Amino acid sequence: MTTTHEAPANLAQTSEGAQELTSRDVISAGERLRELGAVLRLSESEALDAELDAVVDDETMIINMGPQHPSTHGVLRLMLELQGETVLRCKPIIGYLHTGMERTGEDLTYLQGPTNVTRMDYAAPLFTELAFSLTVEKLLDIEVPERAVWIRMLMTEMNRISSHLLFMATNGMDLGAVSMMLYGWREREEALRFLQEVTGLRMNHNYIRPGGVAADLPDGWRDSILRLLDMLPPRLDEYDVLMTNQPIWRERLQGIGVISAEECLALGVTGPILRSTGYDWDLRRDMPYLAFDKIDFDVVVGSFGDCFDRFAIRLAEIRESMKIVRQCLENMPKGDYRIQDKKVTPPPRARIDESMEALIHHFKIFTEGFKVPEGEAYVAIESPRGELGCYIVSDGSPNPYRMHVRAPSFVNLQTLPHLMHGNLVADAVAIISSVDPILGEVDR
Amino acid sequence: MADEAAPTGADDTEVEATPGAAPEELFGALLTRSGGQLVLHPSREQYPKLLRTLHESGYHMVIDLCGVDYLTHSGRTGVPASVATERFEVVVNLINHKERARLRLRVQIPVDDARLASAFDLYPGTEAMERETFDMFGISFDGHPDLTRILMPEDWLGHPLRKDYDSGRIPVQFKGAPANRPATR
Repeated sequence: MTTTHEAPANLAQTSEGAQELTSRDVISAGERLRELGAVLRLSESEALDAELDAVVDDETMIINMGPQHPSTHGVLRLMLELQGETVLRCKPIIGYLHTGMERTGEDLTYLQGPTNVTRMDYAAPLFTELAFSLTVEKLLDIEVPERAVWIRMLMTEMNRISSHLLFMATNGMDLGAVSMMLYGWREREEALRFLQEVTGLRMNHNYIRPGGVAADLPDGWRDSILRLLDMLPPRLDEYDVLMTNQPIWRERLQGIGVISAEECLALGVTGPILRSTGYDWDLRRDMPYLAFDKIDFDVVVGSFGDCFDRFAIRLAEIRESMKIVRQCLENMPKGDYRIQDKKVTPPPRARIDESMEALIHHFKIFTEGFKVPEGEAYVAIESPRGELGCYIVSDGSPNPYRMHVRAPSFVNLQTLPHLMHGNLVADAVAIISSVDPILGEVDR
Repeated sequence: MADEAAPTGADDTEVEATPGAAPEELFGALLTRSGGQLVLHPSREQYPKLLRTLHESGYHMVIDLCGVDYLTHSGRTGVPASVATERFEVVVNLINHKERARLRLRVQIPVDDARLASAFDLYPGTEAMERETFDMFGISFDGHPDLTRILMPEDWLGHPLRKDYDSGRIPVQFKGAPANRPATR
């Protein structure tokens, strides 16, 4: 194993800056600007003056939260500057789960790619697979059969349900509603059972692949979905009783962690956080992919941009996703579940025994992979956490030259300093939870 | 994908520019199309001004910013002939919610002077993305408030997504590997 050694100049450049939150007397105005959560309202000179006079340095304390903390959803580390119980500044420090998946993606063929990207957002793995596959298909300039499109839609919406149910569970857990955690987990398990029935795995499915999906829907899938669609609504009504309409829950969440639509736009925030501010934007409706233009559903928006709105939006989105799933059920077309392009799709097992060409194609696809024309493309979809995009550069070989995933959690995490500023440290947990970061996707 | 509506100022014709014809421009930068997606090729000097123009024209959100290292893929296509290709590229994806349009910028960055103006002032959301690009490619962003490593440890050497960085294969040893315990008979 050899390691590339950098020039000394580069070394100095990279090791000078500590990633930690620094104390007030050594930081620059630009950094203050960012950490105060005031980039949109203050100029740099104001940022130096503002609060610096009001806060005496020895009255504040910088404490560390995480990376191993039950409510940081993985290995998120936060450094908080506290004055008494109030959070003044906050800095998320990430990278503890960094495994170089973008680099790994360059070594895998396009067919192996989904196994890699599916491990990024482990709560909603099908979405990353979908973004990756759509980008590859755009580069290949192929259209998948209609049935594959609808299967993809059905499966990702089921995945959205399971992901939001997981959020319900963890959000309850973080705020001390432990019974909610168990209920959320129970219902998520039912949703995962369906995903397992179809894909064979509860998580990290590797089901959506360039060219279609890995397998057709199994016998009895309609009954499984209908069972689920019958079971979920009363359970969601229970959530309403347990949480939405409950005064303690409302007290804990309403007016906490408020963000405005302007701040969201400036910070590049998407998904439920953006919609909680009343900004009406959902890629499924506004820039439809798959066949979402043929589906009738509502985009749920909030009005206050606080933790409660973000919770309520996700709960309502489960109901909307169920509407979509029902329409997928009714409109599921017949036909092929993957493209019959021998260069992209491996031949069926039975054909290999009787056809030499099939054997060759099978061998070529699984050893060398298929070649993708030179070019670059970016395709984005609406994941449960916001815009999930995939940018691939192809040099004409069977591996991506560069594979970059625009992870919504990574960008959404930047709201934490803004949301936390001026809130109590006890609410910090509620705020992290309502951003719903998945650290596998943040660190990639 | 029906995500590419032509933004204002763009020609309505979706025809690829014929060679020899004057290169297309949009917002003062060279325009190409990549599978229907609009791509602008500003120079490093044009970049801050272009961002300002775009911000005023409704592109309120930088969706994504990442780097690409073209070390082993020098003969790339998709870049206008008048743009001198360099080793690095910074790729910026912007979105215009009102017109439901996307735009991609590809800025060429030479390896011996790997720096670019930061978009932080206009788009504070690029803070983490620029840090990631710095971390992975060693491209500095002038005017960034806190340009430190974000995913790698802060004392890490090198920039892992550069093509000349060894990704480090750990050899798997099946035979003759030293045992954890001394052999007992």
